[in-house]
Amino acid sequence: MNNKQDIDVINQYTGEKWYYSDIVKDHFFHPRNLLWERPKDESEYDAHGMVGSPACGDMMEMWMKIDPATARVKDLKWKTFGCASAIAATSMFSVMVTENGGLSVEEALKVRPQDVMLRLGGLPNRKIHCSVLADKAFQKIANDYFRKTGRFDKIVVEGARVIDPRLNITDKDIEEAVLEGAQNLEDVQKKLKVGVGASEEVKTEVEQLVRFYKDKYYG
Amino acid sequence: MSDNKNAKMKRIYLDYAATTPTDQRVKDAMGRFWTEEFGNAGGLYEEGRRAKENLRASREQIARAIGARPDEIIFTSGGTESDNLAIFGVSGAAKHGHIITTEFEHHAVLEPCQRLKKEGFDVTFLDVGEDGIVKPENVKRSLRPETILVSIMYANNEIGTIQPIAEIGKIIKEFKGGGAGYPYFHTDACQAAGYLDLNVNKLGVDLMTVNGSKIYGPKGIGFLYKRAGVKIKPQIIGGGQEMRMRSGTEPVALIVGLAKALEIAQAERVAESARLAPLRDYFVSEIQRRVPKVILNGHPAKRLPNNINISILDIEGEALVLYLDAKRISFSTGSACTSESLEPSHVILALGKPYEFAHASMRFTMGRSTTKEDLDYVLNELPNAVLWLRKVSPLNLEAGAKSMSHPEAFAGENLKVKAKSKSYK
Repeated sequence: MNNKQDIDVINQYTGEKWYYSDIVKDHFFHPRNLLWERPKDESEYDAHGMVGSPACGDMMEMWMKIDPATARVKDLKWKTFGCASAIAATSMFSVMVTENGGLSVEEALKVRPQDVMLRLGGLPNRKIHCSVLADKAFQKIANDYFRKTGRFDKIVVEGARVIDPRLNITDKDIEEAVLEGAQNLEDVQKKLKVGVGASEEVKTEVEQLVRFYKDKYYG
Repeated sequence: MSDNKNAKMKRIYLDYAATTPTDQRVKDAMGRFWTEEFGNAGGLYEEGRRAKENLRASREQIARAIGARPDEIIFTSGGTESDNLAIFGVSGAAKHGHIITTEFEHHAVLEPCQRLKKEGFDVTFLDVGEDGIVKPENVKRSLRPETILVSIMYANNEIGTIQPIAEIGKIIKEFKGGGAGYPYFHTDACQAAGYLDLNVNKLGVDLMTVNGSKIYGPKGIGFLYKRAGVKIKPQIIGGGQEMRMRSGTEPVALIVGLAKALEIAQAERVAESARLAPLRDYFVSEIQRRVPKVILNGHPAKRLPNNINISILDIEGEALVLYLDAKRISFSTGSACTSESLEPSHVILALGKPYEFAHASMRFTMGRSTTKEDLDYVLNELPNAVLWLRKVSPLNLEAGAKSMSHPEAFAGENLKVKAKSKSYK
């Protein structure tokens, strides 16, 4: 972060200030690889993926073309409904997987939200939530591609696993809580508004998951 | 740097509901209270006596402006403290009972009420309907013998809708059968103070919150009107200032400023309302003419003359705020992305609108500096920004939609525990 940054967002209730790096601003105001018009024929692209929901305030759609000669990502087009971080993160992700001749789909799947953030010059901690969507959208589009090319063994489906059977809390819920800023079991309980982890066994599992997702997204 | 150049160019500030600049006349009135008239009003000597005298004069000035007695004015640090003092003060003195408030109060009222609910008080959160106006008959129906407090804001801070306070005041008075005692009636008048009549007897309120920072006064000062005989438990104790209701050395400079600001606001409110209401209506009709899928939030007429709150579908608030900020326009949004809790505006949700509308809600609030030229500038820039962000967005929502999403969808696909009792289908 440089020191001449202007404050970009001030929370009206807490006065908390957020700063966006110049790179974030650049990608927000001048997004790369944005899809202007929806393809008339979906088969123009080799794969399509969509994640999020407008109710969450974040939603993303991606279209991908693969270079038949090199099997690398030739084109990754997108549309995003979301805040500046979400738009900038998608834009940067699309650059990272297509630059220098493009990554293979397998390589592109290894691009982590942290890598995108690093290239963006950092994001406010609480906005990390908005930046993981590109990652998830790409998993979707990769699955679509693997399905279409018959490589079913490569498909990764993010199935939710029930962690607390009493409350029907899944690993996805814990992931969401961590993305919303939960640091420990107590925070997760606060976010989920239930006393998850009543038994010692469940508690340990939740704590492990919190550590796992903290490491995954913030580590 | 181009940013510096922009900073020097005129900005169009349209967030007067967040805060106002201090009026020059207010600043002048406060001028001598920093280094010359610095005394502690508790001192017996000359400096102290003068501070006390200025304090008394300001208290009288405020009492006059709202039709109250001087000893009914308790100075506080602002709106939040006054609201907290009213809610926790009344509940603390009564110890138990029932409280009535609305779903779309300011957080300074809402959160104390939610805490009290956890602590065993019974709290009714009234529905505000599609228009954002509480129905007096709903208040009437909710009143019980054990009700200790009714707290309903005078005008909403996000959508500006004006609540029928005088009518509700009458209902509560009738319910009490002319006697004093419970239930008390509190109103948060922070947003209303610049535009509406604050006479406490006409309104029939027992407690009223007003602050300086929304009426061109200084920040960090406000007061709670407390009708004589109303029992509250002080929340800040120590030196016993403010009739033992709020301890702490009185900030005479700020109090003088607040009194001056309120006097000016009340003197000018009718003319200022008459100037701003047509501008508000002009902006709303023009934006709806120029940009498709723009929905006005809250009743079109029964709202503050300076408040415009619209949902611009398919785009997210923070993105538009940053876009227009680069065009030197300041306004605010109800999108989750700018809130601490990452939850979108509870006010827009209280109107029964889906989450998508809350994320897309934009608040423009005008003030004394706002001219038609300012609005025309915004009306020129806004459609381009919306067009661009809609290009970026994959969404295409129905303008009339009322039921698009599950509230739990907000928290994650499998998370159902967060869903409110209210059904958004």
